Amino acid sequence: MSDYNMSHLDELEAEGIYVMREVAAQFERPAILFSGGKDSICVTHLARKAFAPARIPMPLVHIDTGHNFPETMQFRDDLVAELGVQLIVGSVQELIDRGEVTEEKGFNASRNRIQTPTLINTIEQHQFDACCGGARRDEEKARAKERFFSHRDDFSQWDPKNQRPELWDLYNGKHQPGEHFRVFPLNNWTELDIWNYILRENIAIPSLYFAHEREVVRRDGQILAHSEYLNLRPDEKVEKLQVRFRTLGDLTITGAVESDADTLEKIIGEVAAARKTERGGRMDDKRSQSAMEDRKKEGYF
Amino acid sequence: MEQGLLRFITAGSVDDGKSTLIGRLLYDSKTIFEDQLESIEQASTQRGTDGADLSLLTDGLRAEREQGITIDVAYRYFATPKRKFIIADAPGHIQYTRNMVTGASTADLAIILIDARAGLLEQTHRHSFISHLLGIKHMVVCVNKMDLVEWDEGRYNEIVDTYRSFSSRLDIPDIRFIPISALQGDNVVDRSERMDWYDGPTLLNHLEHVHVAADRNLQDCRFPVQYVIRPQTDADRDFRGYAGRVAGGVFKVGDEVVALPSGLSTTVTSIAIGDKKVDMAFPPQSVVMTLGDDIDLSRGDMLVRENNQPNSSQDLDARICWLSEQPMRPGTRFELHHTSREAKAVVKEVVYKLDINTLHRIEDDLEIGMNDIARVRIRTAAPILVDDYRRNRATGSFILVDPGTRLTVAAGVIYT
Repeated sequence: MSDYNMSHLDELEAEGIYVMREVAAQFERPAILFSGGKDSICVTHLARKAFAPARIPMPLVHIDTGHNFPETMQFRDDLVAELGVQLIVGSVQELIDRGEVTEEKGFNASRNRIQTPTLINTIEQHQFDACCGGARRDEEKARAKERFFSHRDDFSQWDPKNQRPELWDLYNGKHQPGEHFRVFPLNNWTELDIWNYILRENIAIPSLYFAHEREVVRRDGQILAHSEYLNLRPDEKVEKLQVRFRTLGDLTITGAVESDADTLEKIIGEVAAARKTERGGRMDDKRSQSAMEDRKKEGYF
Repeated sequence: MEQGLLRFITAGSVDDGKSTLIGRLLYDSKTIFEDQLESIEQASTQRGTDGADLSLLTDGLRAEREQGITIDVAYRYFATPKRKFIIADAPGHIQYTRNMVTGASTADLAIILIDARAGLLEQTHRHSFISHLLGIKHMVVCVNKMDLVEWDEGRYNEIVDTYRSFSSRLDIPDIRFIPISALQGDNVVDRSERMDWYDGPTLLNHLEHVHVAADRNLQDCRFPVQYVIRPQTDADRDFRGYAGRVAGGVFKVGDEVVALPSGLSTTVTSIAIGDKKVDMAFPPQSVVMTLGDDIDLSRGDMLVRENNQPNSSQDLDARICWLSEQPMRPGTRFELHHTSREAKAVVKEVVYKLDINTLHRIEDDLEIGMNDIARVRIRTAAPILVDDYRRNRATGSFILVDPGTRLTVAAGVIYT
């Protein structure tokens, strides 16, 4: 007879499934924030396991910057079809067209910042009271204190100094009208846990995560994918490199790494040996020491 | 063999070297990344600190960086080939008792830091008592800053003896002592060459091997129903599954079970994790069970065994920690959240408050304010299904939610 051991991935999965079920039980209109990245794919996988054999009882919400990798979009549509869930798209372009947000200009212009009003707009329009995301506490120091059920006021703001205490696994989702929660079932996972889980569960992920040849531009120590949305500086040139992406965000800000890791096993080897955090490749975090904390207060993911 | 997860709490203030200890664990286990190290080296230079101040790694929020204190529980992660670790990094000052209670609620083990120069302080008692109150069964007392007492064995033994005589009053079965220097790294990850009189394990070595799986309750079958799964699809039109996390005991397919509060008996016909069928379920697994009979069962109910049932009671004898900045108003009707069940509840009586530095009972001032720990009697509007917290943390714990603000205002443990 076994001595009832669980591997750490078993424990993290059990916790994540528990959190997804609490969301379904406690909220009227929950949703999963789906970016097409590996973390939100894992959240979706946990949801699938949490509610099997039923369908996932909440829609996937994609905040679309318009600057997407085509591979991510195809992946998203295939997954939605396979799961038989509803897809809701919040379009940054529509907000720009309506004049509700202003696009950044210049060489480092990105639509990352104006994703936030688009997300808030989508939440209000659909009256979501819980949005499950793939953020993890190990990603960035402002996230180390994040709750599983993270309260947002009626302006979608996060108040890091006034968070609800969270004890045992008793998650308090009670809220006033207009307020909502961000829910983070992967809080206790690390990047390496995610990859090991993807391997163990044989979860499909976009091809961009695997090493491939791509036209890229080197900028400020980063490797950015060349695309029609990237404004080239005069001294910059496009080159072809063997790269892969460690995170998938907006095309204009997601840094690639040079790599020949073309299988999950090789990626795991690479991540285990990595000497830079995965967000180290993201221009949006580099703007200041507190860049993430500032954006989270405004209602960022 | 992988050891699974170890969740532990470190309590203490900046002066104890707690942040330095965590920084050391992360640094020596190669968890700190180059860009994080660059970032803290830059910040250390700006502040005029010599070398990389490892404590900057753990003090994340801007207010903390500005004030130089830790004001909330922060969670840190590291792994070795043997185990994955989750650190709940809690502030140690008395005004942050509620944060330590929060961090301790999910911890298997607590690290208590003692400054070798200062010996036991009030906060040593406080942190040890909170660990005991929250049911932590393993404690590691690190006698830190041994470099500042010339690595003196006599001083170390003196502190160990004093702590032992204090801790005999607490119910913590496994207490271990380790002399360390977090700043210089002695006995944290690497064995010290300057304290050859100590022949026990290093801190990391102990954390890797401490056995916590046996702390789970595998005797008393408890399955709080969290969510009912009814697919409503053509393929599974008649499927009705009960989803939840096993809170105690081992459930096997074929077992006779009793549904509470209805008292109806039935059998477990299948257990699944996702779409994979399994033979049994044990804590803390999240599973779906199907039952042999179509009985009335929903969120908040519990599956148990006929001959081993929890107490069904409306009167609770509990220790609570008050978490809210607003003091407790007598007579407030709270929402009590216990497993997946909610019930209206009132605090009928404050029996005593505890001075958590001296462990003395305070009976002449029964006002409950933030960070207070008190023994209370609670009456609920409907019976809830409880076990003694010392026997089962999942079915022996609850929170109180203010019905107006919807905030979590208190956390409680039940003694039966």
